[in-house]
This record gives sequence, C-alpha cells and structure tokens, in this order.
Amino acid sequence: MKKKLTTVEFRGTPEQEAKLLEVIAKYDGVPGKTMPILQEAQEIYGYLPIEVQRIIAEKTDTSLEEIYGIVTFYSQFKLNPNGEVAIAICLGTACYVKGSGDLLDEFTKQLGIKEGETSADGKYSLEATRCIGACGLAPVLTVNGEVYGRLTKADVATILAKYKD
Amino acid sequence: MEKVNVKINGRDYAVDKGMTVLEAARIAKIDIPTLCYLKDINEIGACRLCLVEVSEGGRPYRMVTACVYPVTEGMSILTDTPKIHAARKTNLELVLSNHDKRCLSCVRSTTCELQKLCNEYGVDEDAFKGAKNHYEVDTSSPIIRDNNKCILCRRCVAACKVMQGIGVIGANERGFDTNIGCAFDANLGEVSCVNCGQCIVACPVGAIYERDDTDKVKAAIADPAKKVYICTAPSVRAQIGECFGYEPGTDVEGKMVAALKALGFDGVFDMNLTADLTIIEEANELLGRLQNGGKLPMITSCSPGWIKYCEHYFPDFTENLSTCKSPQQMFGALMKTYFAEKEGIDPKDIFFVSAIPCTAKKFEVGRDGQSASGYADVDVAITTREVGRMIEKAGIKFRELDDEAFDKPFDVGSSAGAIFGATGGVMEAALRYTAEVLMGKPLEKPLETPEIRRQGNDNEYRTASYKIGDVTVNVAVASGTKAAKALLKDVEAGKVDVQFIEIMGCPGGCVNGGGQPYQPASVRNTVDLRALRASVLYRDDAECDIRESQKNAAVMKLYDEYFGKPNSHKAHEVLHTHYVKRGLWK
Repeated sequence: MKKKLTTVEFRGTPEQEAKLLEVIAKYDGVPGKTMPILQEAQEIYGYLPIEVQRIIAEKTDTSLEEIYGIVTFYSQFKLNPNGEVAIAICLGTACYVKGSGDLLDEFTKQLGIKEGETSADGKYSLEATRCIGACGLAPVLTVNGEVYGRLTKADVATILAKYKD
Repeated sequence: MEKVNVKINGRDYAVDKGMTVLEAARIAKIDIPTLCYLKDINEIGACRLCLVEVSEGGRPYRMVTACVYPVTEGMSILTDTPKIHAARKTNLELVLSNHDKRCLSCVRSTTCELQKLCNEYGVDEDAFKGAKNHYEVDTSSPIIRDNNKCILCRRCVAACKVMQGIGVIGANERGFDTNIGCAFDANLGEVSCVNCGQCIVACPVGAIYERDDTDKVKAAIADPAKKVYICTAPSVRAQIGECFGYEPGTDVEGKMVAALKALGFDGVFDMNLTADLTIIEEANELLGRLQNGGKLPMITSCSPGWIKYCEHYFPDFTENLSTCKSPQQMFGALMKTYFAEKEGIDPKDIFFVSAIPCTAKKFEVGRDGQSASGYADVDVAITTREVGRMIEKAGIKFRELDDEAFDKPFDVGSSAGAIFGATGGVMEAALRYTAEVLMGKPLEKPLETPEIRRQGNDNEYRTASYKIGDVTVNVAVASGTKAAKALLKDVEAGKVDVQFIEIMGCPGGCVNGGGQPYQPASVRNTVDLRALRASVLYRDDAECDIRESQKNAAVMKLYDEYFGKPNSHKAHEVLHTHYVKRGLWK
C-alpha cells in the first residue's frame, strides 16, 4: 500500500505534460538538474504527484525513489494539490504559543485530513506555515490568502461554514 | 605511487598519497570501527563511529571521520584514546536511542555489527530515553524490511543504487522522520525490486533479511507422508563453511552433504547436474536460433534476479531470454516428473527443497510456468544462511563431520556445471559444449575461456570472440544489474554485436549472491570474497575428471530414458518456461 499517495484524482493535461517535457529537455546534461526540474514541475502542476514524479524519473533515468526522497526532504515540495479552500495555519513561534497547534488539531478533526493533506474531493487542503509576519494577530491563519487572526478553537467551525459552498 | 609519511599511534608509516585515515590505519594493522562505510559505494561519513584524532602541521589534535579524511604529509593519527572511546560510545548510545533493542531473537544476533561494537564499548542501552519511531515491518516480498532496527547507515541504499544501479530504496523524509523506504512508502513487493538481496548482505544490523522458510522444511521432514529431497547449488559448498568459522574460499562439499543427510532429508542431490542439463538445453537453443534465424543475442536465464530485472527495466529483451528454466527449477521439475515416475512416487508427496546462495530464488519458485508436474517444481528455496541456521539449530557439529557423497541418481555434476556459480561460468560451460557440437567431434581438451572470467571490476561487462571450426561465436558477459544495464544499452545502440550473452544478477555471480553468509564490512572492505569463493569452483574445474556437461553420464541418461533429445517436445514441457513484460511500474 502506497501510504503517501494523494487521494485526489490526477487531472494533469497534455499541455502540462508538454511543458514538463520541455523543462526536462532544457536541463538535459546540467549537473544537479533534479531540483530545478522539480521546482518548475511544481509550478506547472501545483504539486508533485506520483504521475509527475514518474515522468521525471523516466525521462532523467533516475529512480523514482531518488526523486521521491528529494521531494520529501524539502518541505516546499507538495505531494497534495491545494484544495479549493486552501487553509494555511501559522506555526511560527508567536502563533504557536498562542495556540495555533490546537487550531490545526481542530481543523484535522473537523475535516478528517492531516497537515499537508488534501481531502479526496479536492475541496480542502490543510497546511502549516512558518511565520507569516502577522504576529500581532496571533494565532493567525489564511484561507485562500485571506487572513484570520486572534482565533480560538471555537472559530474553526465558523470559518469553515463561510467556505462551505 | 607517491607516499606520505604519517604517525599512527606514535609509530611511523609511509602510506599511499590519497588514502583515507581508515585505509592508512589498516596498513598499520588497525581496524577502525565503522557502521556506514562500504568501500567504493558508501563513503559518506555518516555514522561517526570511525572518529579518530589527527594533528596536522603541528596543530592541536582534533576529531575527524577516518573513512573520508585523507592522510597528509606529517599527519599524526591517534586511534585509541579515552576521548575517542567516549565519543564513539556516545554515538553508539545515540544510535541505540531510536533502535529496537530486542536483540535476543534478532536474526542478526551474533553477526550484528552494531551489537558487537556496543559490547566492545560497554554502552548503556538506555542512555538516551526519548521518542522512538515505530514502523510496520514490510513482509510483502521475500526480502523483509524492519525499519525499527534500521540505523540509517544507508549501506542497503548504496548496494541497491550505487552497486546495482537500481535504487528502489532510499532515504525519505528528513530529521527524526528520516526513514529508508520505497517511493510513496510503497512496499518492496510493489516496486521494481529484483530481489537480488544485496541490501541484506550490506546491512550491518537486522533491518533487512530474507523470509525464513526453514520451518516449512522442518515440517515437511517431520511429515511421514512426504518424501523430502534437497539439492545444493554450485556456490553453496564454496560459502557455507563461513557459517561455521571456516576461512572464505574453503570447499566443504563433503561436510555439507553429511550435515544435510543428518538433518533428515530423504535424498541430497547436486545441482551441478541440472547446471549441465541447462547447458545442453541452452546451447542447443542457441544453435537452433543461429540456424533458424531466431531472436539474437540470446541471453542466459539462470539468474532469477536478472530475469526480473530484464522484465522490469528491459522488457523489450524478454524475447532474447533463453526459455530454459534455471537449474534450480529444472531440478524440481525433474524430481516431480522423471524421478517420481521412476521411483513410483506421487509428485504431490514429494517436497523439494533447493539450497541456493540467492534470495531471488524465493520469488522464482512462485512464478507462473514453473510447475511441470502440476505441482510447484520447487516447494521451498532456502539460502546458504538458512541452511547454516538449520544445521546449527539441529546441534549438528559441522566441523566434526566426515565427508559424505551426494545421493544417486543425481550425484554427478561436471565441473562445467560447478563454475556456474562464478560470473562467466555459464558462458564457458556453454562454449565447451557448443565447440564440440560445431566441430562435430570431442575436443582433445575442454575449451577454456579466461577472457570472460571475472576480471576484477564487476561494473564492466566483457566481450570475447571464439572461432570454432569455421564459425565465429561472439559473446558478452555481465554480472550485477549495473553492468547488465550498460551492456544492454550498448546492444540497443549497436555498439555490441554478439550472439550470446551471460548475465548474472549479482556482481561476481552466485558466489556473491544475496543469500551468502554474512561477512562484516571490515571483511568485505578488505577481502575479495567473490574471488576467494570462485576459486573453490575453479579448483574443482582444474581437478575434475568431467569438465564438460556432455560428459555427464547421468545427464545423458536422462535424454536416453526420458527426453529423447535436447529441446524435444518433452524437454520443452518440463525444462522450459516463459517471461512477463512487467515494465518499470509493475
């Protein structure tokens, strides 16, 4: 069982794949090319699912495990796509002290997805971020870029209700 | 070679420039402890057990990792100070802080490199109490992975990726979550692993091991309804002595046979016999392909690690594979057809065990097209290590046994069959037979092909050309999947044009198979085990009266009594098989 596979269906287009192949061709023969290829692949697809990693592995004659090892080493690489409702909770020091860890737990409880995951229908994604520079509002989170501050666990249901449809 | 002068523990030595401190110490007959270091394939300075103190240019002593630190002129090296001991001990205790310390029943207890060092350094097992990772044990393939025992030395990763050029396992995640595994946390049974078992041989601890099938064998022996037979592969006699304290390269065939008989098998047979049978079937298949315009180059099919590699990574070459079953499978097929008929035994009552230096054979026994009698040709394949454990557990004093001979009727093998265990051996054996067929008469002296025997570097394949009568046979030999990949790429590109190729899944061939006895890195890094073990087989070849497969009377009798002639319809039914185009992701 592949425990780390995203549950969201892959919806890559032929245009995206053509772009990815261009990127791979561009870096042909360049030492240390895996990182820039992965970065640009994530720009194209928004995340790096197995389908994308397999293309990169095959075209660069690298093992899939080596690609996956790099992807999981760097926290900037994502194995799940952003949800339609992309929730990002700040786990920076100030927010954490003010209880953002509890907020994360509450979202996990209500949405049934863990940090870094996306719900199977692609609706919600949950992400933990470093300090976003709004410590005065701690604990703080963003939903699709919109900032919510000075939150308690009780606010979670209210926020989710707002994005229900 | 340019030399540099160094002091090691106060004594003067001149060592090669470019050497590491570890290598220099070895010259001074000092073994610096390591856990992660494997010469040439894993020189990463990660485990920090090889810490030593060095002083360069008169500056104060400081600690460096000996495995990656090069010697310099005038360097003074200390390998045995209280400071070093304390540092190594702490590092061991840190390793143990996230290690499953259930050593008592661990498969590697007494051969574990970590256990040995912890004992030497008198560690406190619970010096660092804290969080521990818990992993599910992966039992999806014959190679079992238990990450709870893993110390993240990455030796298995190096064996898979660097040595074999495969890389289905690697380091995932980071920091405390770092773990060795497959992409997307898949199990080993779900990825393009070829079961070569080189990761097992590389592992210093009990984090990777083969599925133990010895209980199944013991249960069969205890079952009065079963007739239980075993055959041993050519290399087992060249390895199993190491399980009982013999030096690598000791031939213990007679004691091995005696021990197996003592274990209660109804018959102990020599797989060299079906190696000979393989040669006759395979060489005739080659001659047939040459005459009838069949798919060329033809590639040998004895190594199940290589077969699965071909199916995953070079599926277009599966038609090039000889359809011959491997010697192990031929033996099982023979037992449950010819032998069963002859002895009047129902094949369902035969339990056939194969002893092999190989973990991929455990996968092979379950493949489709490997049950000539309607029952699996081979019931259980056990590694050299498992055979060693069975003998040990039965309390049999291996070293005190008198030599015994294999049982009839499958007691005869030619030395052409014996050299199957070393890279180039199958090709040499096949050419000895082919030469006689092409010349139309026996040769005065068997053909010898030193060009295609192992030349030292297993990363490179070898090619040779032999003129036999007015036919020229061009051949290539590769061992290890990395060299196999290089060879097949060159065949694809038209750079290599040969008719016959031998490929073995493990570097050096079966003598270095994934089922061989454990040897610690301190031995693997300094002793050429492949050459020592192969020397047993080549000594046999030099001394044996029967040096060609076609001179094996027992094999010829099989054709007279049962198969008719090589590649006959009957032979195809019993001795041949088919392959799957798996592709990379299946």
